[in-house]
Amino acid sequence: MIKKIFLIGNPNVGKSVVFSRLTGVNVISSNYPGTTVGITKGYLKLREDKVEIIDLPGSYSLEPGSQAEEVAVALPRDFPRDQMVIINIIDATNLERNLYLTLQLIEEGYPLVVCLNMCDDMKHRGIAIDTAKLEALLGTPVVETCALTGQGIKLLIERILEAGPGQPQRRSSQERWLKIGEIVSHTQRLTHRHHTLREMLEDVSMKPFAGVLIASAVLYFSFKFVRFIAEGLIASVFDPFFFNIYQPVVSKISGLLGGEGFLHHILIGELLNGRIDFKQSLGLLTTAPYIEFDMVLPYIISFYFVLSILEDVGYLPRLAILLDNFLHRIGLHGFTIIPVLLGFGCNVPGILSTRILESRRERFIASTLISIGVPCVALQAMIVGLLGQFSGFYIGGVYLVLFSVWLILGVILNKTLKGFSPELLLEIPPYRLPQLAVFMKKLFLRIKGFLIEALPVVLLGVSIVNILVFFKLFNFVSGIFAPLIQGLFGLPKETVIALLIGFIRKDVAAGMLLPLGLTAKQMFIAAVLLSISFPCVATFVIMLKELGIKDFLKSLTIMIITGLTVGGVLNLAILR
Amino acid sequence: MRRNQKGKIAEITGGKALHERLMVMGIYVGREVTLLNHSMFRGPVAIKAGRSIVALGFGMANKIIVDAE
Repeated sequence: MIKKIFLIGNPNVGKSVVFSRLTGVNVISSNYPGTTVGITKGYLKLREDKVEIIDLPGSYSLEPGSQAEEVAVALPRDFPRDQMVIINIIDATNLERNLYLTLQLIEEGYPLVVCLNMCDDMKHRGIAIDTAKLEALLGTPVVETCALTGQGIKLLIERILEAGPGQPQRRSSQERWLKIGEIVSHTQRLTHRHHTLREMLEDVSMKPFAGVLIASAVLYFSFKFVRFIAEGLIASVFDPFFFNIYQPVVSKISGLLGGEGFLHHILIGELLNGRIDFKQSLGLLTTAPYIEFDMVLPYIISFYFVLSILEDVGYLPRLAILLDNFLHRIGLHGFTIIPVLLGFGCNVPGILSTRILESRRERFIASTLISIGVPCVALQAMIVGLLGQFSGFYIGGVYLVLFSVWLILGVILNKTLKGFSPELLLEIPPYRLPQLAVFMKKLFLRIKGFLIEALPVVLLGVSIVNILVFFKLFNFVSGIFAPLIQGLFGLPKETVIALLIGFIRKDVAAGMLLPLGLTAKQMFIAAVLLSISFPCVATFVIMLKELGIKDFLKSLTIMIITGLTVGGVLNLAILR
Repeated sequence: MRRNQKGKIAEITGGKALHERLMVMGIYVGREVTLLNHSMFRGPVAIKAGRSIVALGFGMANKIIVDAE
């Protein structure tokens, strides 16, 4: 009886999309190799049985190259053959390269079904594949699918049961390519086609000069677009909701609670001139939802909207080529740009996706740099909110400082850490038009993820602060750190609390700076410190898990030293 | 090699590990490849092997010796 089905295939062939189709479980899929770095499980009903389906990270062969690939190879190897089936997903537009892994799987004697995915794209590109012949030559069932639209998935499910264990055999890699050449020449027919517009675009965005121009334009417009959407959402949806609908409701609750007392303090917070101020009251029902929904959520939506487009189109690997040279100076290669961009959304997926990098050294540098120099979108939204009241100049300043720190620290790490940075070896996917349904699903998944993960922590953070403030415990804490904060950073001692809360969540911490009445310079320094000093607890846990205790402590030390240095230097360097 | 020039890979110098990594991506001795792009300052090189486009670091690309057509 079949108990498990493994989805195996080269990177970026659409394994995760097939997985979503088979199980109904939504997982994030993008157009670059290495989107999936962990394993996802789901279930499929096969006849009367519930079978577990496992989505694995992509791999080019059964000899793994990175940590993510290792998982893909090890898992099916250790499972009894008679209780499993492997669905080998193949990119039909690139039959030849994909067959290498297929042959390896057949040679190992795995029970196999081959899923010829992206069949729709194949026709655009003038490729025709004789599926029946391919099936005969491979000796395994072959099913044509287009997972994005769901075409062929039903047939795929039906044919899973036809898979049976094969005879193990041995081939050298040279022999494998010879065999592949033979198979391809018998099954694939190419019609010659002229260069399409898409192919021209694919070429030009990798050219050194034009590529840099395109990259600058793409990044500039992405940034503009993120702000445009977020500000639009705030002005037309969230602000009206909070001020016209929500404010009267909480005012009523405040009145019912009598305007003071412990419960009022926790839920509503302080009243300013007898009124609720969403930015300063600091209550569970006032400031907490205001920060999350009116200040942060709009940016989450717009950021992931733009990022998802760039991902699905397939632009990011091209950006990786252009930035490769530059990133090598800090011990990383171009592909690191993908973890970094993900880190701008939230550091946690950013650090997780460093699994696509080959060496420990790279992963250490990348994780450390992400947690120090890449503020998550929640914090960025707050920085925009906090510093925007002074001038846009300060917002730009924060990015400039962070970027410089990132650069200097990267160069230092690269020079001091043993080892060398491996070279880039990356497959560049074709451009694809994002599919609306898949795109919306992914956006929805990410926003939902944010709400589920962030909201409880935010409420917890605000509660802790409120209880501490109510019992006047903060004076004690801020007294201890006062010399450091006042002397070194030139900040009032109350900022200590905000910086400490930064450990729980950065956006709440930034929100706590609002009632303090800081000057522009102080706000600027506090914002920079919040980004570089300590990672929030979620990032903290993930770094510990990914790096191990020793490297994690090393990374933490670097963060603290960097924070102290940068804060001190900024305090001395900025006059007002 | 110049841009958009085709050629057959004659030799891949360098270790077994490099051979293996390139091999599984479809880059091996005897394979016909097209050079797509150099970048400036010894940056990565994009080549086309079969239907896939692969970007390689400069040092890696230097180890692939091609008989240009």
